[in-house]
Amino acid sequence: MTWNDVLDLISLVLLVLAGALGLIAGIGLLRFPDALTRLHAATKPQVLGLVLIAIALALQVRSWTALLMLIPVVVFQMLTAPIAAHMVGRAAYRNGSLDVEVTRIDELAPAIAEASKEHGA
Amino acid sequence: MIRSVPVITAIFDGSPIGAVELVLVWVGGALLAAAAITAVIRIVRGPSLMDRMIAADVLLTTLVLSVGAEMIVNEHTNNVLIMIAITAVAAFATVAVVRTVSKQDRTAEAMLPPQTRSNELDTVTAPTRVAGRRGRRGTGESR
Repeated sequence: MTWNDVLDLISLVLLVLAGALGLIAGIGLLRFPDALTRLHAATKPQVLGLVLIAIALALQVRSWTALLMLIPVVVFQMLTAPIAAHMVGRAAYRNGSLDVEVTRIDELAPAIAEASKEHGA
Repeated sequence: MIRSVPVITAIFDGSPIGAVELVLVWVGGALLAAAAITAVIRIVRGPSLMDRMIAADVLLTTLVLSVGAEMIVNEHTNNVLIMIAITAVAAFATVAVVRTVSKQDRTAEAMLPPQTRSNELDTVTAPTRVAGRRGRRGTGESR
């Protein structure tokens, strides 16, 4: 077993881990009750799965230029994924597509009530 | 080493390590396929537009992971730019769709509690309207 074989195996194990993460997100999508909990499940492979795939690709290709190409992928995803998740959560709250029975603590509702009182709305 | 697209002949050269690599590639591919199938099921079943958008996001994430997996199997980096493009499109598509969702788009009335959700939503939009970010005072639209 050579050094190349070890790197190949590590890379493929990371690929399997990324796939498992994606499947876990899919199962969470199917089984969680409302939009916010589904959002919680969906955002896990967006960053961690992509990081695992990028590390696996870097281990498989083994060149510095490949690593330099992969870093912007991960950085860009880390910049855009929170924005999308924030927008979805905001719209889900306003839209009423959240299950109040599941939500234990709603810290936004009192803040909204106070703000409405201040503005006389 | 893994070389080319005909996976079975390329990876499996008879050695034990080649067999392990073959199994790992197929397991990883099967997991990604199952993730895509679950996302599609959630897109079909809904029930609300938000759920479908989240599931579409998961589907695109799975697609990005699959593109990366293909590059790992075939040992090249030609499709990294495609990964960047898909992640960017996924994020912007989510933001764009979510911005157009209004409270009239609720299709999941059955899962709501019997309390008057609509009045609560009016108070949600009230500070925004007073602050003048959007000049549509009193129209009753959320945005």
